[in-house]
Amino acid sequence: MLDRLTEFFFPKQVSTFASDIDNLYFFIFYSSVALFVIVVFGMVYLSIKYRHRKGEELKLTSSKDHSTLLESMFFIIPLILVSITFVWGIRSYLKMVIVPDDAIEIKVTGQSWFWTFDYPDGGTTLNELVVPSNKPVKLVLSSKDVLHSFFIPVMRSKMDCLPNRYNVMWFDATKEGVYDIFCTEYCGTGHSQMGAKVIVMQPAQYEEWASELGSEDDDLPLDELGAKLYTKKACNTCHTLDGSALVGPSYLQTSQMWGQERVFDDGTSTVIDDNYIRSSILEPMTQIVAGYQGVMPTYQGLLSDRELDALIAFLKTLNEDSQI
Amino acid sequence: MSENTKQNYLNHPKGIMSWLLTLDHKRIGLMYLFSGILFFFLGGLLALVMRFELAAPGNDIISNEVYNNAYTLHGAIMIFLFIIPAIPGALGNILLPLMVGAKDVAFPRLNLASFYIYSFGALFAMYTIINGGVDTGWTFYTPYSTQSTSNVVPMTLGIFIIGFSSILTGLNFIATVHKMRIPGLTWYKLPLFVWALYGTSLVQITATPVLAITMVLLMLERFLGIGIFDPALGGDPVLYQHFFWFYSHPAVYIMILPAFGIISEIIPVHSRKKIWGYKFIAYSTLSIAFIGFLVWGHHMFTSGQSVFSQIVFSFITYFVGIPTGVKIFSWILTMYKGQVSFTPPMFYALAFLFLFTIGGLTGIFLGAVALDIHLHDTYFVVAHFHYVMQGGTIVAFLGGLHHWWPKSFGVMYNQTIANIAALGVFIGFNGTFFPQFLLGLRGMPRRYATYDEQFVELHSYSTFWSGILGISIFIAVMNLFWSFIKKNKVDPGSNPWGGMTLEWTHTSSPPHPHNFEEEPVLQHGPYDYDQVIVEKTYKK
Repeated sequence: MLDRLTEFFFPKQVSTFASDIDNLYFFIFYSSVALFVIVVFGMVYLSIKYRHRKGEELKLTSSKDHSTLLESMFFIIPLILVSITFVWGIRSYLKMVIVPDDAIEIKVTGQSWFWTFDYPDGGTTLNELVVPSNKPVKLVLSSKDVLHSFFIPVMRSKMDCLPNRYNVMWFDATKEGVYDIFCTEYCGTGHSQMGAKVIVMQPAQYEEWASELGSEDDDLPLDELGAKLYTKKACNTCHTLDGSALVGPSYLQTSQMWGQERVFDDGTSTVIDDNYIRSSILEPMTQIVAGYQGVMPTYQGLLSDRELDALIAFLKTLNEDSQI
Repeated sequence: MSENTKQNYLNHPKGIMSWLLTLDHKRIGLMYLFSGILFFFLGGLLALVMRFELAAPGNDIISNEVYNNAYTLHGAIMIFLFIIPAIPGALGNILLPLMVGAKDVAFPRLNLASFYIYSFGALFAMYTIINGGVDTGWTFYTPYSTQSTSNVVPMTLGIFIIGFSSILTGLNFIATVHKMRIPGLTWYKLPLFVWALYGTSLVQITATPVLAITMVLLMLERFLGIGIFDPALGGDPVLYQHFFWFYSHPAVYIMILPAFGIISEIIPVHSRKKIWGYKFIAYSTLSIAFIGFLVWGHHMFTSGQSVFSQIVFSFITYFVGIPTGVKIFSWILTMYKGQVSFTPPMFYALAFLFLFTIGGLTGIFLGAVALDIHLHDTYFVVAHFHYVMQGGTIVAFLGGLHHWWPKSFGVMYNQTIANIAALGVFIGFNGTFFPQFLLGLRGMPRRYATYDEQFVELHSYSTFWSGILGISIFIAVMNLFWSFIKKNKVDPGSNPWGGMTLEWTHTSSPPHPHNFEEEPVLQHGPYDYDQVIVEKTYKK
């Protein structure tokens, strides 16, 4: 019964402290329901019982305006409930801030509007946090620009990312799977697209994944690698493939763009070629396509030369039928 | 009826200049009321635009940019242009001098100045909209607000200016309560609405300067790059949050205390019963105003502040909860052995008790640090503060308008339509915001223009009911104004609910230009329904 109720109210419980927090929720929930029922019952009962009936004469009403017994009850019962809530809230909170010594440490960087994850044994992922199950994971968070907040609902955990200071959160995932990550501190135009996934793997599988990180793509053909990078490097948060404009222009039919003229917001224009694409990935703020805000972050240092080649190759493959 | 009683503040003196330069607190209150309701509708329209965009997951009607502008302006307009200035400014201005038996507020010219300062600030806010909006959220968190290319400066300048109006009105009300009471009207004989305005004013004059300083620092940061919030220059963006919430949490009490006052008037009058626990309500108003200054850190539970601060702020937060809870029980017990009439104001008061209790109880969830980490910046918070601000303050405001409408304007609205609209507001409100608690629990972040498929069902419920809510509020307000047009006048001596405070017993409806024809003599306390029978007189 309680399990089904938990499923109704909450996302899955994946971290070790999730069930404790949900239980705290249910404690407050049932106490609140009890108090609320008393309030509503009292209100309805008294207003109907003492209603002014039709034709009834106005009379002097009771001068009772005080009852020590009732008032102390109204004071003491909520006080007890609130005290339990406070202590429970703090105890559970301490579990959430004291990081176990054997936690693996992953660096999380928020940047408008994607997440970068740096792993302890080298290697980086974008918008995909990969962690082993049943092992504490410590996240060290910061931001490269404005405030962001890193929220994993299934872990019941959240922490702001600041540009000037590191914040820390941790969790121990108990179930393998793929779960949502949201940005919960407003960060501008792409805020609602600044999502990511956390992928929880068996520890053995994670080890294997971590050792292959960065090397697996070496022998892919360029255009296939580009297609992978399109989601892996978060291009898709701002550029669609189906023609709808998000924050940036869509990639629909980019294969036919080569040789065409591109007009910028300062009135200048250029002919689209490989170099234009390369510079608009590495120095996006220098030439802004007319009709769009210049908000793209630079990918300098985030893409290797081969990866840049791959993205350009990928854009060349997109003809009118390309839809994902 | 003598010629003199036909003269009232609405018809004497005449002419547009007599309104624009009026020193009469009632006329100034009326001007606040009109501008407040105008902004209320504007903010409400923006809310509906957002809700309809959120009916389905993608960008269906408006783009991310437009959505971000809409939610920022919705919050800023509702808070800074409607709730904070309009309730003390409109109902407070019209009623405070009447309730203490004075001819006017202590400083009538200052009162008019307050209104013009408010209008001047509002012009900047309107300029912001015309000039393309602002997209930072009403909280203006740095560093986003120092980098955004939208109209941050005009908006913050507007808020800065409106702050002075708030401070001056607060000063005026405090002086009025201290110095303008008629002989015999001691503190414990004051209507509780006066206590509430007094508490509100104390918060206004002490907290608003902090907001003003914060807004100035933000503007300086943008113009001169002084670096107080900029890490590159040794500043700290989190410092901004401390400054901002040091004002904005007390501001919650600027918004809710007048509502408490309204409810403390409506329930005893419409129950014809002495209010339960007068002194407790009076003192808890002041203590809530004070404790409200010590809990700002609970807005920053995920900002990375120290564990010790988290514990302290969580602890103090609960100290606000307890007296508020006892107040709710006091209002309910007031009905015990009374004669309760189900009039439109009473319906609003009962709706307030229902909705505000939910708003208050969900605050307890958010005060528990461990649980707040999950709920912070999700729709749970959105639902919580709408239950407090709209379900609490605005429902009480509508109740207050219905209660004092015949008094203020000498006209009576259609009570059947008023009751139906009140029911619509109640149902529409719950339909709109209750699903949002669930959205938040399931992890839906706030301030999202688009969202994940998993949330679509609850979002579309919320949107559907927001339409009903919008229509109901529109009908409720139009029904009030229709009584003007229809000239459904009540007799100047009417006391339709049997109120006991001076504005009901000692002056005509609408009141005389100088409030009372002669200085009123206090005959009984504000809620002495156990000692005096006040007839309900309502003659057309």
